[in-house]
Amino acid sequence: MTAAVMAPEAAAVEVVDLETTSLRELNQRLHDLSRTPGPRAWRIVNANGAHAVVCGLDAEVEVEIEGHVGYYCAGMNKRAQVRVHGNASTGVAENMMSGLVVVDGNVSQSAGASGHGGMLVVRGDASARCGISMKGVDIVVGGSVGHMSAFMAQTGALVVCGDAGEALGDSIYEARLYVRGRVTSLGADCVEKELREEHVAQLRSLLEAAGVDAEPSDFRRYGSARQLYNFRVDNAGAY
Amino acid sequence: MAVDSDRRPWNLRESYLFDRRAIAEIQRAAREGIYDIRGFGAKRRLPHFDDLLFLGASISRYPLEGYRERCATDVVLGTRFAKKPLELKIPVTIAGMSFGALSAPAKEALGRGATEVGTSTTTGDGGMTDEEREHSATLVYQLLPSRYGMNPDDLRRADAIEVVVGQGAKPGGGGMLLGHKISDRVAEMRDLPKGIDQRSASRHPDWTGPDDLEIKIQELREITDWEKPIFVKVGATRTYYDVQLAVKAGADVIVVDGMQGGTAATQDVFIEHVGIPTLPATRIAADALQELGLHRQVQLVVSGGIRSGADVAKALALGADAVSIGTAALVAMGDNSPELDDEYRELGSAAGYYDDYQAGLDPAGISTQDDELAARFDPVLGGRRVANYLRVLTLETQTLARACGKSHVLNLEPEDLVALTVEAAAMAKVPLAGTDWIPGVVR
Repeated sequence: MTAAVMAPEAAAVEVVDLETTSLRELNQRLHDLSRTPGPRAWRIVNANGAHAVVCGLDAEVEVEIEGHVGYYCAGMNKRAQVRVHGNASTGVAENMMSGLVVVDGNVSQSAGASGHGGMLVVRGDASARCGISMKGVDIVVGGSVGHMSAFMAQTGALVVCGDAGEALGDSIYEARLYVRGRVTSLGADCVEKELREEHVAQLRSLLEAAGVDAEPSDFRRYGSARQLYNFRVDNAGAY
Repeated sequence: MAVDSDRRPWNLRESYLFDRRAIAEIQRAAREGIYDIRGFGAKRRLPHFDDLLFLGASISRYPLEGYRERCATDVVLGTRFAKKPLELKIPVTIAGMSFGALSAPAKEALGRGATEVGTSTTTGDGGMTDEEREHSATLVYQLLPSRYGMNPDDLRRADAIEVVVGQGAKPGGGGMLLGHKISDRVAEMRDLPKGIDQRSASRHPDWTGPDDLEIKIQELREITDWEKPIFVKVGATRTYYDVQLAVKAGADVIVVDGMQGGTAATQDVFIEHVGIPTLPATRIAADALQELGLHRQVQLVVSGGIRSGADVAKALALGADAVSIGTAALVAMGDNSPELDDEYRELGSAAGYYDDYQAGLDPAGISTQDDELAARFDPVLGGRRVANYLRVLTLETQTLARACGKSHVLNLEPEDLVALTVEAAAMAKVPLAGTDWIPGVVR
């Protein structure tokens, strides 16, 4: 499902105000949905930078969050579609397994860290270490990403519509990196690679799913040179 | 000419600095061009629990009857915030060791043994296997920097969560599972190609520092609906500060792993030269909790070089609530068995010396991912041996506690101990035997 279709019907929406409802109660109600029936569309208001908002969801629900959120919003998400109408702090959608997380604003460090699956979309910029240790998640960033993004990235794809900071893809494994703008520098064992048809097709699919209007052929692809996969003392200078 | 027991003439003098081991290592390094990576733990002599003695009962203290009066051993871990603390029958747990470093049958045996005597076992870098969960009544799930295999389903089916900041064998270091131990299953669990060296990061990907850790723990509690105890494991270095910061961050249980703690694959220079021994770390950690008024409310688990009930009892007397074993559990299962001496020698080692856990060639079938070698290991028999060993540790601990007049092993206290050496007296903060002198303590 694409980000564009995340607009639950107003009449069926369960509204939770975090000024009057505790975070614990909110998360517990959402967790209960993995075992018992309940509302499928939720709107959270007055998030006010709270941490761990809607983390650990495991249900096919749509959650809209009004305002900024703190650390680890939608952490370890499964199946749910979460949209933040604001900015998100460190570790948004960390270790997400499936589903969709969209942040309309900017995100802080380690967005999508170690994510195993699903898609994270950031409309604004992402700070340092975006996609660090990613393990299958797809991340699409409308703006730019900070230094050390995709550090030790294992699998999945990171799409950056803006620029990438220093040491992109340092010690990368099999993840695919696509950057439309300038890359300040590449990290150890990360190299530019040919953008073949299969990559254009993947990129087009990711951009469409993220609701981003961009031309795939404008991007450049980066990935692992696979020279550091097995330790050799001759490569000691690269570490 | 007079000769010594090795038939070397007495007039030959070996250098203290450049002894045969140092010379051999220089020659190896020059030949191979790479540092020595190995398993096991620190092999150098270090101040340890051997340097302490129990005083036992006397006119002013009376003992409990060994075969008649009860000396309880139960311990509860995670009473601070968790809805479901761990209730263990003995104060000895199995430390985190990964599937990958160890074979699947070996992990199963650890679960079987721990379950048989009512204690917990722990996952490791690489995630939780179904066999391990199935055979472990109480299983602690580690959250490590690599996040290999990490997922919310396993978080929820675990009985506790251990946030691993470091381990005693390599505080400040990451890990490396060498490519030849990466089987199809290990590769799949870790989302990496087969056959490549798998690096485990030294830092968590989404938090740095105690303030972040507090929020990370909050997230883990929220994901698991505040049911699971949260452990924080640190390698023993700046133990006083680490313990207090972990408490401040909201930990239910602190695990302090001294530098004798084992590893599956680490540089020898790291194992032997980083961290502080378990002995001082135990006392420092207990003191840090007491200063906060949280001793016994935030439980302390100590690991690193626990071999006997004497080690267990001394750790408890210095303030630990439980201990954790790793290397000793492997030995109990058959690691370094004399029956395998010929095979160890074919690998350039010998029974009692084998430490090449990183190589994956373990003839005991424990530290390997080779199917044929792993098939040599019987998880049922291995589990029984682990259980037997844990029972002996418990009986020995009870024996010493009764001798000190304690009806519960957790009633052991520093006052029951004296030290054999000045350094141990200073580190454990107990008197040098036969004196009332505790170095560094002004009465």
